[in-house]
Amino acid sequence: MTTEPRLLAVRKNVLKQNDVLARALRDRFRAQGTSVISLVSSPGTGKTALLERTLTLLKENYRVAALVGDLATENDALRLARSGVPVKQITTGTICHLEAAMVERALEEWSIGPLDLLFIENVGNLVCPASYDLGEDLRLVLLSVTEGEDKPLKYPTIFNSADAAVITKCDLAVAVDFDEVTALANIQAVRPGMPAFLVSSKTGQGLSNYLQFLTATLHAKLHVPADEASSHAEIHSGTSR
Amino acid sequence: MAQEEAERRKVQVDAVHLDLGALSGVVKEALLFSYGVACDGTLLEGSRLVVTDVPIEVFCSVCKVPRTLKSMQWFCCPECGAATSEILHGKELVITALELKQ
Ligand SMILES: Nc1nc2c(ncn2[C@@H]2O[C@H](COP(=O)(O)OP(=O)(O)OP(=O)(O)O)[C@@H](O)[C@H]2O)c(=O)[nH]1
Ligand SMILES: [Mg+2]
Ligand SMILES: [Zn+2]
Repeated sequence: MTTEPRLLAVRKNVLKQNDVLARALRDRFRAQGTSVISLVSSPGTGKTALLERTLTLLKENYRVAALVGDLATENDALRLARSGVPVKQITTGTICHLEAAMVERALEEWSIGPLDLLFIENVGNLVCPASYDLGEDLRLVLLSVTEGEDKPLKYPTIFNSADAAVITKCDLAVAVDFDEVTALANIQAVRPGMPAFLVSSKTGQGLSNYLQFLTATLHAKLHVPADEASSHAEIHSGTSR
Repeated sequence: MAQEEAERRKVQVDAVHLDLGALSGVVKEALLFSYGVACDGTLLEGSRLVVTDVPIEVFCSVCKVPRTLKSMQWFCCPECGAATSEILHGKELVITALELKQ
């Protein structure tokens, strides 16, 4: 007589619904030659301010557009539209993050020509966006000097899901006794090797380094063979093969 | 997915075993809560979900061996302290086994 439970070994990755959609989006973007960059941070870190600057500077040389997620208002979309590039708002209602399905739907409703670069501003939140791949090539996590140097340690998952960190509002660094060395060390602690940039969207300080990184990474990506590119995608998709 | 597997193999399932990584982005409590609801009216109705937590394991390039992280705040080797971002485990969301009814 056996009391041992009968175990049937299976080994199946559960692909989250969002990951399936994000993969399809990533393939579609790649086929269209569009690079996608998303921005995540807490509310008020300066995503919209940085994006306004970024769009204005990049539109000279690239076909750019932006999607912006917001719980309720159109404020950010209106601010971004001032840069003169196409901008579309995704109103998330009570949902505290963007999902691949929302990006897909927004693109469906949006008749927009071919793009070199699509930016996606996520809803201000350092928790939930970590779990939702949006099909982006590059995820930027923003941290402002006024939030405290320990944020990477408090929200390791989102920092770990990002490809580069941007420390914003550095014009205020002195006023708040910002400790740059500690902040950079904390970023490295949760995501060793991640590039980090210090910028001020107000004064323009540090923007050229950051833009150089963006364009260099994207040019490199455009020339990566497809199989290598898709292995990079695995990093975001959150599931191993 | 476990349900498809059960149908294909024509077995009655008592429990579904799942590996859940610390970096999977899935909350264990939420998963356990929704499991019962999702199984209602299916072959898996009444079955249990057995979740095994998978800690984050990285490959230390200095020691040349896999190491398990003590905390997700410090992506460095617990032995030699070298920083590492080569993640081997911790992102899993994998069905590992079906426990069959006797
Ligand atoms: N001094 C200073 N203020 C800034 C800078 N960037 C943004 N701000 C200010 O910070 C506030 C929030 O900036 P936003 O760009 O709206 O921040 P956000 O991350 O888009 O906010 P949400 O979309 O609501 O999450 C605004 O009052 C900005 O003027 C900066 O570089 N320096
Ligand atoms: Mg904003
Ligand atoms: Zn080591």
